[in-house]
Amino acid sequence: MNIHEYQAKALFALNGVPVPEGYFAASPLEAEFAYRRLGGPIAVVKAQVHAGGRGKGGGVKLVKSAEECFNISKNMLGMTLITPQTGPEGKLVRKLYIEAGSNIEKEFYLAMLVDRDTATIAIMFSTEGGMDIEEVAAKTPEKIVTVNVDPTTGLQGYHLRNLSFAMKLNKDQTKELHALIPKLYTMFLKYDFSLLEINPLVWTKEGKFIAIDGKMNFDENALFRHKDIAAMRDYDEEDAREVEAAKYGLNYIGLDGNIGCLVNGAGLAMATMDIIKHCGGTPANFLDVGGGATEEMVTNAFRILFSDARVKAVFVNIFGGIMRCDVIANAVVNAAKALGLKLPLVVRLEGTNVELGKEILKNSGLKIIPADNMEDGAKKAVAAAK
Amino acid sequence: MSIIVGKNTKVITQGITGKSGEFHTKLSHEYAPRFVGGVTPGKGGTTHIGLPVFDTVKDAREKTGANASMIFVPPPFAADAILEAIAAEIETIVCITEGIPVLDMIPVKKALERSKKSKLIGPNCPGIITPGECKIGIMPGHIHKRGKIGIISKSGTLTYESVGQTTALGLGQTTCIGIGGDPIGGMSYIELLQMFEEDPETEGIIMIGEIGGDLEIRAAEFVKSNIKKPVAGFIAGQTAPKGKRMGHAGAIISGSHGTAAEKMEAMRSAGITVAEAPSDIGKAIAAALNRKRL
Repeated sequence: MNIHEYQAKALFALNGVPVPEGYFAASPLEAEFAYRRLGGPIAVVKAQVHAGGRGKGGGVKLVKSAEECFNISKNMLGMTLITPQTGPEGKLVRKLYIEAGSNIEKEFYLAMLVDRDTATIAIMFSTEGGMDIEEVAAKTPEKIVTVNVDPTTGLQGYHLRNLSFAMKLNKDQTKELHALIPKLYTMFLKYDFSLLEINPLVWTKEGKFIAIDGKMNFDENALFRHKDIAAMRDYDEEDAREVEAAKYGLNYIGLDGNIGCLVNGAGLAMATMDIIKHCGGTPANFLDVGGGATEEMVTNAFRILFSDARVKAVFVNIFGGIMRCDVIANAVVNAAKALGLKLPLVVRLEGTNVELGKEILKNSGLKIIPADNMEDGAKKAVAAAK
Repeated sequence: MSIIVGKNTKVITQGITGKSGEFHTKLSHEYAPRFVGGVTPGKGGTTHIGLPVFDTVKDAREKTGANASMIFVPPPFAADAILEAIAAEIETIVCITEGIPVLDMIPVKKALERSKKSKLIGPNCPGIITPGECKIGIMPGHIHKRGKIGIISKSGTLTYESVGQTTALGLGQTTCIGIGGDPIGGMSYIELLQMFEEDPETEGIIMIGEIGGDLEIRAAEFVKSNIKKPVAGFIAGQTAPKGKRMGHAGAIISGSHGTAAEKMEAMRSAGITVAEAPSDIGKAIAAALNRKRL
């Protein structure tokens, strides 16, 4: 789960990580008020969207007066911000953060993430802040240092020293970094982060580290124990279909094609998208109903697929393990009857109770196109969508 | 021979009195009567679906001689359940649970490294089956046929596709293992590939992967230098967009790492016969068996 920069700044501040003063604004008037509260001559108007590279798209602007802040904010709110990370459709700007300018002496990069290979927390630090870190990794990898911390043994002094010596920090920077990192590390574990990125982490002329930006991503699996983090979810930043699906406990991701998919199991769901493409079609979505799917979940899944104007045919691909074919067959039939079957529906069943499932479909009286196997189903769905 | 589980496996179910635990213990025991008990804290001394229930894994192991555990415990408590099984020195731990917080799995990983006895399969996996002898998990038993192909996969239902296809081709399976879709877990491709290489009954191996991380790439490198038996493979998620989590916690493509294209290329370079479509996995291993690997 992602959160906005302004929320990340709040979390930083509450956990002892220095951030510039700043205020949230959702209208030009609030933005002007924020500018006045900050008091300084220079402020930064920042679009709040769940994507990086905002500066490149005009989503970060310096302002030097209350009037300028008002006008810039007025233009930025409601704009479609396109950055290298948003994709060509961009993101609608609904929220702003008005932040005090900082006296930047040097920009660093700092990130923490779970390293799956070593089962450790990786801390990455670089002198090349304010840049695309992937580019830095490609062109000047020696300017990035990574240390791996085993949470079962904990963050040690040598981890901190490895970071500061490798980037040749001076004495003051070293002292400050060694005080900062334990706070971030504690946060990382406390809130079940997946990724914590500060780019840039600024060294100010006053001799302090300050987080000018903050990108925070949390482990979805752990949200059950972080209601406060879960409360910061911004549904406006998520695909409306995905938000709807999540309400029903469905694992759904919207894509651009015209063949709606309903599958049990993430791997099979991905493979179903793949085989549709392979057969010359385009998947409209990824959808994993999981092993515990109920008739209600299937009906809601169908509702989402049928209401997607792009969808021209639906392919239900089930290989039942936990999922029983008769349960899914009943769900499909009842959902189709309840919502009205206006699109071609291809159903491929295999696995637990398959014969019972096939019988249910056959006797339903509905025009359901049965498929023997996955490839057969995909071909039929592609043909039906044309 | 098959690997890891067979006629001599004695299984307990952690979470046996829960709905899923009960359902799948029943089905698995019907398939092959290997189950000897279950664990539900507080219900020790009772019987459930004909099996004795214990309060702790330690108790269960002492009283039944169990050497395997099937874990159906909800995500907030699953890592604890795995650690309990490791502490009780259960040799084969199969964790079906999906949704375990990633950070919870780090101490589990460390405990596994220290343990001389225990191996973990999963979490977030369908389990392991040696057709005809032992089924620990949620896979439908009836699609399997004892034969000559070893299968290693991150996905559950996609594994069933490979099983269905190899059964239909008359090749059958020796053992099928779902290693799960989480970023941090137990046994992975490399260890299992080596076991299949050493198993006299296994003649060919199928590797099924998906986007996210680079396990498959390292496995492909391992195949190149260590595996002589024919290997076929498939990577799911060729059409998945970057940055999105496609179901499995581990299935996120970030940057240029973990793409299906990269993994398929690495597998091809290692001499693995790569199926372009999921419906061709059976054909791919059949072709690999017929051809000499260079």
